[in-house]
Amino acid sequence: MGTYAHPEMLVDTAWVTKHRSDPNVRLVEVDVDTSAYEQGHVPGAIAWNWNTQLCDTVRRDIIPKDNLGRLMEESGIDNNTTVILYGDNNNWFAAWALWQMKMYGHQDVRLMNGGRKKWLAEGRELTKDVPNVKETRYKAKDPDLSLRAFLPEVQKYQSKNGAGLVDVRSPQEFTGEILAPPGLPETCQRGGHIPGAKSIPWGQACNEDGTFKSADELKSLYEGHGIRPDKTVVAYCRIGERSSHTWFVLKYLLGYRDVKNYDGSWTEWGNLVQAPVERGAER
Amino acid sequence: MNAGGQGTFRPKEYVERRDRASGWDINIVSYKLGKVYHCEIDNVSPGAKIAKGEGDTREEAEAEALRQANERLAKTRRFPT
Repeated sequence: MGTYAHPEMLVDTAWVTKHRSDPNVRLVEVDVDTSAYEQGHVPGAIAWNWNTQLCDTVRRDIIPKDNLGRLMEESGIDNNTTVILYGDNNNWFAAWALWQMKMYGHQDVRLMNGGRKKWLAEGRELTKDVPNVKETRYKAKDPDLSLRAFLPEVQKYQSKNGAGLVDVRSPQEFTGEILAPPGLPETCQRGGHIPGAKSIPWGQACNEDGTFKSADELKSLYEGHGIRPDKTVVAYCRIGERSSHTWFVLKYLLGYRDVKNYDGSWTEWGNLVQAPVERGAER
Repeated sequence: MNAGGQGTFRPKEYVERRDRASGWDINIVSYKLGKVYHCEIDNVSPGAKIAKGEGDTREEAEAEALRQANERLAKTRRFPT
């Protein structure tokens, strides 16, 4: 049985129980539902709000470098801290945070496998107490843009075999049957997918308990759609958080060489005047 | 280390099940924290949380979350492909 390319990028819930008080470890909860932390969180964990703290709040962009540095300092994270991220929805926004931290060069940041769901299901300890954090000094690097795809690059890749475009949304979003996940507001003018994209919903990479599938299962899943490690791969979804999850799988669990997250995703492409759109199932 | 000092507790009675609401598959998770039951509902595909509720009983928490879920799912439009 194969192993993950970078097993050090994951910790399990038992590891967190054992190491949560280590002085060099900082636990951070990043939820889609930003109120979940207040219900109860892993003791010692702080929370980041994806809506206000992990983005540029003026223009649509990732968190600016200076803001990232300040967030780390206020969170008691220095450049050598081991950061463990976890959250609801199988770590959607925890992966979003990890992607950004990797862009800005943080060395040791990992995901708690299974996220908040697994922690709750296992009946592990929670608290409502917010830890006191001692400020640190942090120096963020310039963003590594090789981890991110912008529109012109994606336009270049569409319908071509040179790069693998992976649409990680649900099959119904992919076909254009719906414009947003059921029950959520529509955020695009047109439904469908980028021509040539493969439909591999993010959740296919996970087990029922929220943990990641085995390396062999993941390899079979992606290679079965022609998404191979020797290609440039671009993952996208609606706003870039589900695709961060897939980006993590491809980059760290399978060790693909060149994987990018297109965070503009369908809210960019599906609103773009004259952008080519394909409807229906994967071709 | 802790500012509030309220201590720790454990989630209990964690239950997860599938159902349908307004024509869509849903996943219903409920559990008890302290004296309060919490319920969260996601839309299965893609798994986004769409509703939540709290109550003194599991039924109360689920009823509130289901009310929200039905309301939101009913607004989802389907288009021919």
